[in-house]
Amino acid sequence: MKAFKIFTLAAATSLAALVAAAPARAVEIEYWQYIFDARIKAMDVLIDNFQKANPDITVKQSTFPYADYRTKVAAAIPAGEGPDVVQLFYGWLNDYVQADLIQPLPAANFPADKIEAEFFPMVRAMKIDGNYMALPTAVRSLALFYNKRMFAEAGIEAPPANLDELVAMAAKMTTKDGAGNITAEGMTSGMTAQDHHWFREVLLRQFGATPYSDDNKTVTYNSEAGVKALEFYADLEMKHGVTASTFMDEPQAAFKAGRAGMHIDGSFRIGALKDTRGLDWGVAELPAGPDGIKSNYASYWVNAITTKAEGEKYDASVKFMEYITSDEAMQVWLDTVGELPAKPSAAMTAANLADPVFGPFVAGLGYATTTVFADESAQRQVMVDAVSRMSLEGQSAAASLAAAAVAEQAILDGYYK
Amino acid sequence: MSDIRASSASLMQAPTAKGPRDPWSVLRWTLLAMGAIVMVMPIIYMLSASIKYPYEMYDLNIIPKEPTFENYTYVLSDGRFMRWFANSFLIATITTISAVFFDALVGYALCKFRFRGRTFVFIAILSTLMIPTEMLVIPWYLMSKSLGWLDSYWGIMFPGIMTAFGTFLMKQFFETVPDDFLEAARIDGLNEFQIWWFVALPLVTPALSALAIFIFLGNWTAFLWPLIVTNSQELYTLPVGLTTFSVEQTVEWELIMTGAALATIPTLIVFLVFQRYIIRGVAMAGLKG
Amino acid sequence: MNTYRNLSIRQKQVVWAWGFLALPILFYVVIRFYPTANAIVLSFQSWNLLGPREWVGLENYEKLWNDPVFWKVFKNTFVYLILGTPISLVLSFVIAYHLDKTRLLHGTLRALYFLPFLTSTVAMAWVWRWFYQPVPIGLFNNFLASMGISQISFLNSTTNALPSILIPAIWAGLGFQIIIFMAGLRAIPTSYYEAARIDGVSSWTILSEITLPLLKPTIVFLVVFSSIGFLRIFDQVFNMTTNNPGGPLDSTKPLVLMIYQTAFSSFDMGYAAAQTVVLFAILLVVSLLQLRILRDKP
Repeated sequence: MKAFKIFTLAAATSLAALVAAAPARAVEIEYWQYIFDARIKAMDVLIDNFQKANPDITVKQSTFPYADYRTKVAAAIPAGEGPDVVQLFYGWLNDYVQADLIQPLPAANFPADKIEAEFFPMVRAMKIDGNYMALPTAVRSLALFYNKRMFAEAGIEAPPANLDELVAMAAKMTTKDGAGNITAEGMTSGMTAQDHHWFREVLLRQFGATPYSDDNKTVTYNSEAGVKALEFYADLEMKHGVTASTFMDEPQAAFKAGRAGMHIDGSFRIGALKDTRGLDWGVAELPAGPDGIKSNYASYWVNAITTKAEGEKYDASVKFMEYITSDEAMQVWLDTVGELPAKPSAAMTAANLADPVFGPFVAGLGYATTTVFADESAQRQVMVDAVSRMSLEGQSAAASLAAAAVAEQAILDGYYK
Repeated sequence: MSDIRASSASLMQAPTAKGPRDPWSVLRWTLLAMGAIVMVMPIIYMLSASIKYPYEMYDLNIIPKEPTFENYTYVLSDGRFMRWFANSFLIATITTISAVFFDALVGYALCKFRFRGRTFVFIAILSTLMIPTEMLVIPWYLMSKSLGWLDSYWGIMFPGIMTAFGTFLMKQFFETVPDDFLEAARIDGLNEFQIWWFVALPLVTPALSALAIFIFLGNWTAFLWPLIVTNSQELYTLPVGLTTFSVEQTVEWELIMTGAALATIPTLIVFLVFQRYIIRGVAMAGLKG
Repeated sequence: MNTYRNLSIRQKQVVWAWGFLALPILFYVVIRFYPTANAIVLSFQSWNLLGPREWVGLENYEKLWNDPVFWKVFKNTFVYLILGTPISLVLSFVIAYHLDKTRLLHGTLRALYFLPFLTSTVAMAWVWRWFYQPVPIGLFNNFLASMGISQISFLNSTTNALPSILIPAIWAGLGFQIIIFMAGLRAIPTSYYEAARIDGVSSWTILSEITLPLLKPTIVFLVVFSSIGFLRIFDQVFNMTTNNPGGPLDSTKPLVLMIYQTAFSSFDMGYAAAQTVVLFAILLVVSLLQLRILRDKP
């Protein structure tokens, strides 16, 4: 009888062991982000690492064109369709929280005091009613990319330290054909790309203007200083002729093709440029303003757990969130995408500051500000149109900026009403 | 109606000589030929760019010094194109079969059966022709969302499984089928479905193929609704996929042109093979108005 | 089964008819009429897709009335129509008229004219977008530059951009219209022409007195059909202006693109629905007006 008991016990244990060994009912969670090659690759690596450490969880990555991304997320989650963990632009958070699309991160796993001690202070915008709703893996800032070959050909030794040098060097590198068309531009321009950030948080401040009031609800750039900043920007194309906003269809395309001397872009561009054969490029800090003021724009994408994740999917999502905001994940992200770690301890290391590529971006983080957008694409359009009115319709900088301020204020009013 | 069929069929013959030879005919022909070349130039340049290396991509020559299929290898190796192609083909085929079947069914019922409410049903269906798709996409989208149709083949297809245009067209063509034929079949003991299927349909096959060509083309190039309803790249149709692909490329126009060529070449081949039927079909479908 | 057998032939037909129509009627009610009503209802509501729907009465329509962008878009939409329809109709008629009299390589020429109709609008939008680029990419500007002529801003111009986008749209539709015109021309009995020729009437008179009047049904169809097409233009604009949608300065934005942006970029569903109702009204009014005017002509 005893033998039988022992036998059953042994059988039961081995059965239990067998069940446990077989990957206990795999949980699949879905992760969404927009299409950007380097980000997708980085996430593939992270998912791979995560799955190795957690064999019972599989993560499916889905990606969408940037233009449709918000629609897809907003539509899918209420339908119980979309992601369990989702990547969002920091400026969209309020909308998503209000719409009940994302849930707070559990305080046990993400204690607020620990986050505040470890992450860059700008992350505090992610705290709503005492709960952190989302966290970034990486932050990004702007820097000046320059084409070393074109610099050498023009006899320029060092990247521009200030805006005057920027214009002078750009003039040296601009070439035109017999018909007077630009065939290589000294620097790229285009409010449709990153220039609207450069203008808002860098140029406006450098010329002595403030873009928005402290509560971010009022446009304050419609001043004499603001007009000077806009004039400076528009003159690059209209007066100095060192750039053409439509050249090669897109600013980054012109730089990538080796037909632009300088290009202001975010750290996320590093990954794409690394793979470009035959392009020898360097990075420098953004040129300082007339009074030596340095400024930069920082932004970040956050990861959040959606309200769709419940039960075991929720638990798996929390685990995944912990991993993708870990130091290890930040390093992978830095290496693959070129986005800077969201923690100063990981970002502002001596090694990173001395890095010829990441250094200028990391340095920029030290004096960067971030814009709190109500509707980023609409606010970008305001800047695009401000420059278009000047270049296509001959409007003065003052009139164009005044109209831009009115249009942008209307967007803010509609949002904060 | 028989006029239309005759005239669309007569399209297939070159015009016969009418009267004395027109002195302007040489000039006319030259201008027409030049116009025709201008018309196909964009397609030629697209094809030419797709077999060029980047270094001569922006030269004006049509025939590359060094033709290459590397662009095609590159674009196809990505794998997504074949998938998008298969999606478009599948969706266009199923939608076409469904729409032709139902449009012919409804067109027949409205043409050959006498029952109360017939005119009402006909006018009701016809009135949907006036409703632009753009007005429906938002409600369709909301509907798909609540029914879980987003990001599925069915979600892409459901708006097109029947068409008011086709119903109207088929009704017009069934008018040309003599009632005596149907009556004879009835006496032979066929039921109404059999009569429709075995007697009436074979008499309007040219119209059926015309409608099929029209609907297939419409679905093959459809953009707005697939753009809205699909989430995953695996479910994209060719036009939506091509937009995504082109936005990703930015610098490499030769790759964008290759993508565009891949989206165009299949229809061109089909056209060259079935030219007569397609032109006649389009003429018939168009002439119903 | 017995009840069915007892029915008269006429009654049986009624049963069959509704049997044939059952599924389609369900389809038209659920997929066409219900969404139409839904769009109209939604146009009186405010909804950002995320929160609750709220009734706002005519607020969306008031907003539209006071929105300068809407009036610009409204104008653009009609410019697409007013330029697109006559140009494409005249071109296609002229080509069809002459092609109809050509024998040498008739089939080949016709095929070449028809070819663009079979291309995908998205693919061709990108091809034309490439053509329109400034030096050193764009085909047209490279051609101009090779002759020493300064480049033209095709797309980055408030005046040139709309026509530049319209050209591919006309180009792609031309083949279809040519075929329809040719079929229409063939439908005219040759006896009319023979009679006229015997009377020694000039070919201009034949054209204006015989051909055009007899082509009226074809012309009416093409006018209405192509007008609806131009009023609903979207694919080309969307793909040719992805960097600055509908730009520069909204100078190319048609109503459908505004609807798309309002609905799927700003998520203002009620406002977008109001715009679709306006589009519906425009299409209805334009079509009815054209039918009326063209029919009334003696």
